[in-house]
Amino acid sequence: MADPTRLHAYEMATLLRSGEASSRQLTEAHLAVAEKQNRALNAWLAIDREAALAQADVADMRIAEARRSGADALARLHPLCGVPVGLKDLVSVKGGQATAGSKILEGYRAPFDATVTARLREAGAVIMGKTNMDEFAMGSSTEHSAYGPTANPWNLGRVPGGSSGGSAAAVAAYHAPVCIGTDTGGSIRQPGSMCGVVGMKPTYGRVSRYGIVAFASSLDQIGPFGRDARDAAALLHAVSGRDERDATSAPVPVPAELLDLPSSDDEAAAYLKGLRIALPKEYFVAGMDPGVAARIHEAVATMEQAGAIVEEVSLPHTEYGLAAYYIIAPAEASSNLARFDGVRFGLNDRTSGEFIADYLRTRGAGFGPEVKRRVMLGTYALSAGYYDAYYLKAQKVRTLIKSDFDAVWAAGFDAICAPTSPVTAFPLGAKLQDPVAMYLVDACTLPLNLAGLPGMSIPAGLADGLPVGLQVIGAPWSELSMLRLARAYEGITARAPWRALEPAELELTDDPTTPSPIERMERLTATSAGAGDQSKRT
Amino acid sequence: MTTAPAEAAKGALARYEAVIGIEIHCQLKTASKMFCGCSTDIDGAAPNSHTCPVCLGLPGTLPTINKSAVEWVIAAGFAIEAQTPPATRWDRKNYFYPDIPKGYQISQYQLPLAANGRLTFDTSAGPVTVRIRRAHLEEDTGRLIHQEMAGRRASLIDFNRSGMPLMEIVTEPDIRTAEQARRYAEELRLLMRTIGASDAEMENGQMRVEANVSIRPIGREAFGTRVEVKNMNSMKAVERAIGFEIERQAELIDGGDKVRMETRGWDEPSQSTYHMRPKEEENDYRYFPEPDLPPLMTTPEWLAEIATRIPELPSVRRARYTGEFGLSSYDANVLVNDASATALFEGALAVGAGVSPKLLANWVTGEYLRLAKGDAGGGSVDPVELAALARLVADGAISGTNAKEVLAEHYASAAPVASIVEARGFRQISDSGALGKAINDALAANPAAVADYRAGKAAAVGFLVGQVMKATRGQANAAMVQTALRERLEAAE
Repeated sequence: MADPTRLHAYEMATLLRSGEASSRQLTEAHLAVAEKQNRALNAWLAIDREAALAQADVADMRIAEARRSGADALARLHPLCGVPVGLKDLVSVKGGQATAGSKILEGYRAPFDATVTARLREAGAVIMGKTNMDEFAMGSSTEHSAYGPTANPWNLGRVPGGSSGGSAAAVAAYHAPVCIGTDTGGSIRQPGSMCGVVGMKPTYGRVSRYGIVAFASSLDQIGPFGRDARDAAALLHAVSGRDERDATSAPVPVPAELLDLPSSDDEAAAYLKGLRIALPKEYFVAGMDPGVAARIHEAVATMEQAGAIVEEVSLPHTEYGLAAYYIIAPAEASSNLARFDGVRFGLNDRTSGEFIADYLRTRGAGFGPEVKRRVMLGTYALSAGYYDAYYLKAQKVRTLIKSDFDAVWAAGFDAICAPTSPVTAFPLGAKLQDPVAMYLVDACTLPLNLAGLPGMSIPAGLADGLPVGLQVIGAPWSELSMLRLARAYEGITARAPWRALEPAELELTDDPTTPSPIERMERLTATSAGAGDQSKRT
Repeated sequence: MTTAPAEAAKGALARYEAVIGIEIHCQLKTASKMFCGCSTDIDGAAPNSHTCPVCLGLPGTLPTINKSAVEWVIAAGFAIEAQTPPATRWDRKNYFYPDIPKGYQISQYQLPLAANGRLTFDTSAGPVTVRIRRAHLEEDTGRLIHQEMAGRRASLIDFNRSGMPLMEIVTEPDIRTAEQARRYAEELRLLMRTIGASDAEMENGQMRVEANVSIRPIGREAFGTRVEVKNMNSMKAVERAIGFEIERQAELIDGGDKVRMETRGWDEPSQSTYHMRPKEEENDYRYFPEPDLPPLMTTPEWLAEIATRIPELPSVRRARYTGEFGLSSYDANVLVNDASATALFEGALAVGAGVSPKLLANWVTGEYLRLAKGDAGGGSVDPVELAALARLVADGAISGTNAKEVLAEHYASAAPVASIVEARGFRQISDSGALGKAINDALAANPAAVADYRAGKAAAVGFLVGQVMKATRGQANAAMVQTALRERLEAAE
């Protein structure tokens, strides 16, 4: 057997069923590389070897039993049975940590499984551990993690994107074939783009949010990372569907065809024939990397050559998306984060002897600067006298943005293609002093969250050695079509030279002398402090 | 609204008019909590034994709506003649307190489940109608317990109550007297119990009454400064606390002082209100629509289905009792205001063919309620047995005196009326042959009374009837005895 970490999940599934590999073997191999490289990448906040191996043994037993029962039983097993998977550290796993990248949840152990976790267990997936993230998923670089940033395997001095940077980096670095992330404004797609992996934010309501530490309830969605469309589809299939415990989850059937994306590149490519793709002019913004623009136009041209019909469209309210988002998301966050009060769980400071003072101290010590900024923004936006001017107006903008997209679907387009991020992975620390510059990285992704639409980022080559992501936007509940499109694009670019490349600096992560991202950040902070004390972020 | 004729203006109300609005929270009678599956059977339960990740507000948890709680509020809405909008939604009321685990309470702000209702009730000065602004659904908080622990002041939290379903009912400031306030609360309590939405026991917090009280000189339009009054744990306390507050405010104004905007509590031992906290400005609760719950659609079919489940309301029932049965409005009130009395009366009516409603009503309002409210409480009367007993009395089969004893025994032992009558030998002697001997004996043994009667003292017959009753241990049909005695006394002259 070749290096198990280089296998796709569907390849592992075949080997597990034929008995050529065991889940224990696969899990061991992934644990070994994750443990070895995590110092240099900081992609994982927790790797639970013991629990993972125990789950692997259970999966091996299930597979063995199915094999004894015959082909039908084997076929009924989920393709992820026995396959290692990582979870962003805001997914509750019974008895395990769920820090959400925050100090305030240090020491908290969830007494229950998130629905996503329960469904993964049902499928037989092996949960390896928890991945790094921006605190409470607020950020676009994973630098806002209270546990240090994650490095990008393509360039260890650069960010992996965020907030699900740990999951994206772990998949890019072959620590796990698939990982779970969450996306509130681009937090799956943007790190997927920057790490060169597939990442999908499903339609709002597709995946239950129960047990996922909330950032902004009306925008949060859970979705998969994988190294190709088929793996992402398998993970989406495992976790999707209506859940009685999440009233906003939709009773929309999960298509079984998600597990039957074509294996043949030519068969997959045929999907593009006659497909109508819209190219929104507002998503090719001033200030975007020319390399990014070039890759996206090339990708679209390649699809056109394969038979797709591409037309430019306008999504006229796009420019208001960012402003509306930074009202709605912080408003909901300010309320969602009120429960972190030091009374029942997590960090607490009870030294003052008076509970209001204790509350303020706990939150003062437990939340990082970006979280505090958004809690203040949101509190302000919801305050009496400002509610109509901010929150209500933002909700109106949200409706307009949604109607922009509706018009595209009404015009008969099958999908919208756009850049995922206007920029490639930027250096650690580059945008930390400038929150607005950081927010702008999500300009092309957050309109979908406002509209509740599914979106995915698929690798579309490199610009200056760094991955560029093509964003595919679909109509509500069209994930299957989007994944077919993504699979088709994989088919027509299967022989492109960049497809064969592994992350350029992955080898360095095996070297124990390579600085960790935390050390890199400390050096940066020291340098900028020397240059004029800008180390204090506010 | 209609206002009762001016009550005897006494005290402050001779010079000032009180303006009172009432907010009532009722714990709804559901099997599980408002947004999770925890049991609502929390009375006497160990602290925090009825909790789950949802009602503890743990990270990642989400609320799901308790349909039955929603239906109770819609039913209450029907009962107060309110309107339910086609779509309602949930809002978050944001504030920090250690007993509110999420840092916000899920409530209804802009679109309550019921709006613009009203309630009519009787007062000593006649009927009064109060407009009800809204009735909405929300979740209860946990309970803080302050105590010394290891020499330190400590606050303990019991989250059993967290997430219990509450209905909040808010009136317009239409109430003018303390009596009206109490009567409003009593009538609402009766309504809740009648439709089954809540047990509404004030003593254990199932019903909490808060009043906003202000006064203004009679004839003035503008409102005075209002004071919120809490901690009224009985209906009597509601009336006394509001009455006290009206007098207190009048004294302040008369003395040249100003009424302070504040929250005051009712102190039962001193029969007065005390300052709890200032209320200089409205809290900013930063209400916004609850993003974890989709809007709730109330289809006409659903509303119609709920309407069919609403029993006869107290006002309709009173009208039926006075109109159809000819009961006095006093008796109708007594019957309707007590759920067990209503049930007994209705039950006995259903089986008691041939017994007049008035007779049954007398038994229920008289003997039954005397027993139920007496020391012997805890028993019950089977409506079938009450009907049987009333029929025995109506048929003259047992005496009224004995019937009362039978009812008391049935109330305590639940034994069937027939067997009690049998065992105690209460069956009335209405046979003239059997009565004849007792009458003869009485006449023979009491010549003086016989002489008195014949001398014109007609009342002497009463004494003789008593003698016969005594001799027959109350079993004789008194009316027959009297008739027979008269016949004998006059015939032998």
